[in-house]
Amino acid sequence: MKHFVNDAPFDPYVAATLTPEQERYYMASQWRLMWWKLKRHRLAVVSGAFLVAVYLSIVISEMLAPYDLQSRHTDYLFAPPQSVHLFNDGDFVGPFVYGYNVSLNMEHLQWVYTDDKSRVQKLRFFCNSADYEGARYEFWNLFPMKFHVVCPAAGGQLFFLGTDRLGRDVLSRILYGARISLTVGLVGIIISFAMGLTIGGLAGYYGGMVDSVVQRIIEIIRSFPSLPLWMALSAILPVTWSPILVFAGITVILGMLDWPGLARAVRSKLLALREEDFCVAAQMMGAKPSRIIGRHLLPSFMSHLIASATLSIPSMILGETALSFLGLGLRPPITSWGVLLNEAQNINVVALYPWLMYPVVPVILIVLAFQFLGDGLRDAADPYK
Amino acid sequence: MLEYLARRILVMIPTLMVISALVFIIIQLPPGDYFTTYMNELQSQGESIDEAKIAFIKQQYGFDKSMVEQYFTWVVGMLHGDFGYSFEYSQPVSDVIGDRLLLSFIVSFTTILFTWIMAFPIGVYSAVRQYSIGDYSLTFLGFLGLATPNFLLALVLQWVAFTTFGTSIGGLMDPQYIEAGWSFDKVLSILEHLWVPVLVIGTSGTAGMIRRLRANLLDELNKQYYVTAQAKGLPPGRALMKYPLRMALNPFIADIGNLLPEIISGAAIVSIVLSLPTTGPMLLNALQSQDMYLAGSFLMCLATLTVIGTLLSDLALAALDPRIRLGGGASR
Repeated sequence: MKHFVNDAPFDPYVAATLTPEQERYYMASQWRLMWWKLKRHRLAVVSGAFLVAVYLSIVISEMLAPYDLQSRHTDYLFAPPQSVHLFNDGDFVGPFVYGYNVSLNMEHLQWVYTDDKSRVQKLRFFCNSADYEGARYEFWNLFPMKFHVVCPAAGGQLFFLGTDRLGRDVLSRILYGARISLTVGLVGIIISFAMGLTIGGLAGYYGGMVDSVVQRIIEIIRSFPSLPLWMALSAILPVTWSPILVFAGITVILGMLDWPGLARAVRSKLLALREEDFCVAAQMMGAKPSRIIGRHLLPSFMSHLIASATLSIPSMILGETALSFLGLGLRPPITSWGVLLNEAQNINVVALYPWLMYPVVPVILIVLAFQFLGDGLRDAADPYK
Repeated sequence: MLEYLARRILVMIPTLMVISALVFIIIQLPPGDYFTTYMNELQSQGESIDEAKIAFIKQQYGFDKSMVEQYFTWVVGMLHGDFGYSFEYSQPVSDVIGDRLLLSFIVSFTTILFTWIMAFPIGVYSAVRQYSIGDYSLTFLGFLGLATPNFLLALVLQWVAFTTFGTSIGGLMDPQYIEAGWSFDKVLSILEHLWVPVLVIGTSGTAGMIRRLRANLLDELNKQYYVTAQAKGLPPGRALMKYPLRMALNPFIADIGNLLPEIISGAAIVSIVLSLPTTGPMLLNALQSQDMYLAGSFLMCLATLTVIGTLLSDLALAALDPRIRLGGGASR
């Protein structure tokens, strides 16, 4: 009877050896695993990249915007958006816009703008000349500069998204507004994160009395309709405060009312985790509660917290927008998307000057991006599943 | 069940007390009071102020007493149905807000109905046809609803309603019905105006509920009892309706507690934009002019409405789900 005999020498560890990929996978840290898992979530990666780009852009808003924030073009009030053309009369001239023909319609008392086909104004890129109105600015309010990534022809106009009632370029104002609108969400979430961690951590770790008190507080805050509460609280900020202080105040208000959700998540995780052996061991060895919470318990569910924090940034951005829209939040000269939308409060705007509603586009995009990124992070938060 | 009910109601009392204290602190916090604002305004217009009259009013409404005393006067008054006095309207608060609360209630209630009616079929569809084009596009639509600021959507829809259907702008009914008594035409006119706010306020809640229903139903659809039901040859529709759907329905009830604050906040801003005669615009005004009892009563009523709504949803849930009734644990 013939048997199959393998000539290869017997290796008792054959099952235990790993291919390089497997080894890489098994040896990877938790955070690396999460990163790999997140990378597979296409939408989350795109959203994340978009958010990084937008947040980087607020560092150089002045350069990206074709005009200075406060520059006014009194000849062009409520000018409609100009569209960019490539061909003039069938000839290729590169990206350019037509000048405006301005006339006043006395019947409707309204400025009427038409394209002036004879004035072809070529766009300039990376220009460093102050030969048009509103070109000069102070970079970070410190250095006088005149460099722009894109700017109109000498003496020309470039209103991609039109102008508002004072003749200010809407696009430039949106780019500047990103600074405030985006930092509100970030600073707010830091406040709410810190409060949620501390309060939820205490409740979950000590349990008993502390826990039930915190639970009640959370329930009460959550049973308040958030917007009326925001309105009431922002009415407290004194009118005499400078816009910067108001900005800080609004951020704190938004952060202070957002923590309950996070605290609740921290608490329930801690309640489950503090019974685990590694925690009991740390207690036996005499570690202080702050060390146990900070060193042993928090890291094991930090990823979940980051995911849920990401998911609650949108509500803050929307909250700031809503408050400023109502005139209870930030006030000019501080420019945020909500402040810009405040101009679009009237139904006339929808009918006559719809371009004043453009600041809502970045709001929607940012909120969606945070939502998708948060979803991706949540899926990736537990890489061992 | 009775024990559960009693416990829930008992918990509600301290909650409401704390809320009332919070509300009182909030409306007291702004520097100055209605009279300082009022006097400044008169002074700036160059009018003379009758100091004696102001002092008399201040005394009458207890402005000279301590905070704690004022608070207890207010709370005890509320228990008797006396919400204080609105300085701006020179009327008792309860007269000013009565109608508005009713309309707020109508708008909120209709919105919840709308949310249910929309979320139910869409949620079931996206769960059963997971990853289909329909699922993706509906999910995307839901996300878009979450991300668009309500107030802008309201403005645009109001414009659409005006241009395509000729609905009058602003308000909850055509101008000629405002003073008129209730009639069939008035109800029709209200319905004609109601869809914009309901749609706008409902979108974000609907989006959230669709996602929760979808997730819940997907969990149930992977369970063995459903596979068994299918294997036995139960028609797909019946198999779905009979078991998994019932299990997945809990959030519909449980979510009222979450949904209500959301809807009331949404309603506040949307009604300001649409100038609906509900609580929103008046609250904004009262806050700006420091008409403290009016603002306080609004906040208090809204919070109470929410707490009662949560209670009702918890009770309904307990009635439906024995696990909650007997366990007595948290409902969400």
